[in-house]
Amino acid sequence: MFTEEQLKAIEQGKADYQKSVDKSLKKFPERKETFSTSSLDVDRIYTPEHIKDFDYMEKLGFPGEYPFTRGVQPTMYRGKFWTMRQYAGFSTAEDSNRRYRYLLDQGSSGLSVAFDLPTQIGYDSDDKMAAGEVGKVGVPIDSLADMEILFDQIPLDKVTTSMTINAPASVLLAMYIALGEKQGVASDKLGGTIQNDILKEYMARGTYIFPPKPSMRLITDIFEFCSENVPRWNSISISGYHIREAGSTAAQEIAFTLADGIAYIDGAIKTGQDPNVFGKRLSFFFNSHNDFLEEVAKFRAARRLWARIMKERFGVTDDKATRLRFHTQTGGSTLTAQQVENNIARVAFQCMAAVLGGTQSLHSNSMDEALALPSEKSVNIALKTQQIVAHETGVCSTVDPLAGSYYIESLTDRLEQEAEGYISKIDEMGGMMEAIEKGYPQQEIQDASYTYQKAVEKGEEIVVGVNKYQIKEEGRDMELLRVDPSVGERQVKKTAKVREDRDNNFVQNALDDIRKAARDEHENLMPYILNAVRGYTTEGEICNVLREEFGEYQENIVL
Amino acid sequence: MSERKIRVVVAKPGLDGHDRGAKVIARAFRDAGMEVIYTGLRQSAEQIVATAIQEDADAIGVSILSGAHEHYFKTIIDLLKENEADDVVVFGGGVIPEDDIPRLKELGAGAVFGPGTPTGETVEWLKKAVGEARVGS
Repeated sequence: MFTEEQLKAIEQGKADYQKSVDKSLKKFPERKETFSTSSLDVDRIYTPEHIKDFDYMEKLGFPGEYPFTRGVQPTMYRGKFWTMRQYAGFSTAEDSNRRYRYLLDQGSSGLSVAFDLPTQIGYDSDDKMAAGEVGKVGVPIDSLADMEILFDQIPLDKVTTSMTINAPASVLLAMYIALGEKQGVASDKLGGTIQNDILKEYMARGTYIFPPKPSMRLITDIFEFCSENVPRWNSISISGYHIREAGSTAAQEIAFTLADGIAYIDGAIKTGQDPNVFGKRLSFFFNSHNDFLEEVAKFRAARRLWARIMKERFGVTDDKATRLRFHTQTGGSTLTAQQVENNIARVAFQCMAAVLGGTQSLHSNSMDEALALPSEKSVNIALKTQQIVAHETGVCSTVDPLAGSYYIESLTDRLEQEAEGYISKIDEMGGMMEAIEKGYPQQEIQDASYTYQKAVEKGEEIVVGVNKYQIKEEGRDMELLRVDPSVGERQVKKTAKVREDRDNNFVQNALDDIRKAARDEHENLMPYILNAVRGYTTEGEICNVLREEFGEYQENIVL
Repeated sequence: MSERKIRVVVAKPGLDGHDRGAKVIARAFRDAGMEVIYTGLRQSAEQIVATAIQEDADAIGVSILSGAHEHYFKTIIDLLKENEADDVVVFGGGVIPEDDIPRLKELGAGAVFGPGTPTGETVEWLKKAVGEARVGS
């Protein structure tokens, strides 16, 4: 890229520059001895020397072309903005439906469903494990009856829906398909995503049910079912988000997410599926954290590394199946309970990093999330932040505007290398499932998280309003969203009524069929689950049968 | 005679899987010379109290972000009373609205630490609280 002569001239220039730096340092010492991103040292300046072997065609190419460093579509946001998708769900299907319709009215372009913890872990609202948790962090969905209310007046052929559901993803996807049937929308017209990523649950998020092997089977069953019946559906969203929230560095976020992806692909190939086909329906989910430039580089590095993995490791020949498409959420754990309004600024920068990194879909967090679920006002500010980035800042006028920056390209390379190093280590352990069993990624994440916490407490990392520039805050005048405590009771009654009104013989037979299918590894479970939910079999009933057949995962505690 | 080390159970009650804070504080307690028993995820109030009694713990730290804090604090504190173990100091942290804290204290929680609290502050508080509880018992 640069000639020997040019590099020599730069070297000479840098030596002269160093003299003036030395002089300047005497008068104005730098703020810190060393500067760094979440895990890499940062040099004072970046020059062509940092990227001297840079091959444009190999490293960047063109947007919409392998290795997709510059983005997965040829024109990116000049054609269409990313999907603005706010994660929401709370109290009841009725309340959540109202919030969705409000967000759509405000210009949200897709829905993102937050389920409550019992739903995420396969318990009905009347299960004793659900006590105190119904409707708290998301919406409770026990049966198709709740789904009907949740999407009331929302046409499933007009919106795309992302559902954050993992262990029982097959059940909720089945309910969505059944709801489509009721609305007259065929399954091949449904668009959206289920998270369906169990490995990161064992590693970082904790909403697992079954042990890894049957979980993997459920996931590959979904891949197969979707390839044939729900072709527009993203059958998985391989998620680094929670890995980062648990405290990982940027490079670990890339590495552990892609290593999870490798495990899913290995699993699906073992069942005879073609990565050229299901590879097109894989999607990813990343965090947008505070270190603005590192985040931009992170998204670009992840895209390039994944394209190479698909092509070189799995022999994928269809370029479309090597594209890493991703949703981004701004970093929930970066938000502070102190001076909550500051979070608006944090979220804006994180949105900008996601956009400069080429995201396909974005959720911007609301300022009050370190305190409670977002209020309508705060979620609206968060959504408007995305609209301001899209329409007012000008960053969407050209594709990948930071490309060619010495720092960005060098950082992209280094993050890619560091992530590859982790992936090699995981390969040596026998793959991600084995690495998780050994507690390896968990330990790496916890070490990073504790190191960061100590740096904050020593004042080496500054968090505005928390360890510097504090102000005394007297009583907040913010309206926080409160979930009505009687929600649980009402939901329990509602589900009892569903059980009373349905054909219980049908339900029993459907559950027996699921049990039989669970015992035969060669059966795909999806059609049986779909059949059951059509007759209002509850999520808990289905998951309980699977629990009996598959057993439950026991956490490997690493401190 | 040297004073017995503080033994603290760090607990994750209910279905909430966010354990970053619990693990950070567990390590901070350990670095401060305490004996830490971390329960892992999905513990019922009964399991947490049984662990505390069995381990002869001085304190239970409850980490909760799911909004079920009132339910779990109340059940844990009630169970400790039933088992005549109410000298065990109960405290907690997580995403807990400030307005709810007085109610949790009324139930018997010694302290509730919000997001962003330096670990050192929690460590110091716990040393003092356990010291007082030991004198009182």
